[in-house]
Amino acid sequence: MDGVTATGVRATARIVAREDGRGGTSLPVLEGQGPLALRRTRGSGAEARVMVVGAMSGPLGGDRFSVEATVERGARLCVGSAAATIALPGQAKGEARYDVRLDVADGGELRWLPEQLISAKGSDLHVTTRADVGAGGRLVLREEQVLGRAGEEPGRLTSRLTVRVAGKAVLDQELACGPGVPGGWDGPAVLGGHRAVGQLVVVRPEFEAEPVAARMLGECAALTPLVGPAVLVSAVAVDALRLRRVLDEALGHLSG
Amino acid sequence: MSRAALLVLADGRFPAGGHAHSGGAEAAVKAGRISGAADLEEFCRGRLHTAGLMAGAFAAAAVLGAEVRELDAAADARTPSPALRGTARKLGRQLLRAARVTWPGPELDAVAREFPKGAHQPVVLGVVARAAGLSVADAAYCAAYECVSGPATAVVRLLSLDPFEATGVLARLAPEVDRVVDQAVEAARGAAGGGVDVLPAGSAPLLEIGAEWHAGWGVRLFAS
Repeated sequence: MDGVTATGVRATARIVAREDGRGGTSLPVLEGQGPLALRRTRGSGAEARVMVVGAMSGPLGGDRFSVEATVERGARLCVGSAAATIALPGQAKGEARYDVRLDVADGGELRWLPEQLISAKGSDLHVTTRADVGAGGRLVLREEQVLGRAGEEPGRLTSRLTVRVAGKAVLDQELACGPGVPGGWDGPAVLGGHRAVGQLVVVRPEFEAEPVAARMLGECAALTPLVGPAVLVSAVAVDALRLRRVLDEALGHLSG
Repeated sequence: MSRAALLVLADGRFPAGGHAHSGGAEAAVKAGRISGAADLEEFCRGRLHTAGLMAGAFAAAAVLGAEVRELDAAADARTPSPALRGTARKLGRQLLRAARVTWPGPELDAVAREFPKGAHQPVVLGVVARAAGLSVADAAYCAAYECVSGPATAVVRLLSLDPFEATGVLARLAPEVDRVVDQAVEAARGAAGGGVDVLPAGSAPLLEIGAEWHAGWGVRLFAS
């Protein structure tokens, strides 16, 4: 495979979603590479659905993965993944990187709902997710980080999430945890011993005129309106299952 | 540059209203996450490397002359909790009010005119440090230290913690404050060329969630 180098695997997956003119969404670009295989699955209504199917384990140390999704005006796309992504230690030295770039045009809609990212012991992964949403664009984006497999110490994980609407940053957050990051990440100000942490971002033009009020969702999650037509649900939980339950419930509130 | 001016600005008795805020410690105490000096230290450490680094970098960037409006918007994006955004603006407004009398000048007047409801406190702190003739590192020190000294003082009242123990926590964190200030200054210098997007964005989920919880209480000892 072309992307395998002495320092790790390089792989990029690209998706472009376009309104097909018949009330649906076509995918003129659907290119996976190496460990990032893409499958189009049955969509619903105007929405096209894509699954990221892991064809190899990883990312491992030294790997560079990136996924780029573009949703054009009037198109609707939902992207999920077939399984959790597990960051593992690798033969190659240095951190692994996983970069996600999402572009949603004015009038486009993207639901980005991958499975969890699990930071396994000894791994070192730097994730960046950047979403640029046009003025009238819509986005649902979920990220979940799980620190270690069951009963395992986590690896080192840094994850930066930036969301821009009409060119203006509405959310910019970086979570750093695991061995080797500056202290206090597991303490009472940051994660407090919780092993699962998640973010759900929803961007909708309607929020501009009708902002959502802040509310608590149980003891360890809050729904907060951002400065712009967007909300963030931020949650910590003891495990991935309970985290997903809270985020699903929050999405239900926003949809209902 | 006057070193004594740094002491004036960093003094806990500087009348900028900070004493009414616990920096999230009140919520953490009530949730049972802080019950003694060891927890306080871990709380402060986590706050230092997230909110503290950010505050230090924003204050430093303001001293270097970054646009206040751009910094303020970037601080909004890094503060998803509306309760914390409100607190940051309130503290910024109070600091500016005190500083305009202490170090009068056109730059502070201009910020007051542009942000009648207050700008984020670390940004204002940087502008004030500049007006007081302080250095980039001085401003970052004020911001980073304040981010740990506030909770330490608050926990003395919340838990009746021995004040000597709380001060011991601050002394033990001192080398980490030094490192955070170095990182903050470096980040601020990077932003001078690369724009505000490169400034740190460290997130502390429990501080954000706890701030929203705390804001909903009917009775509380501290404003945040």
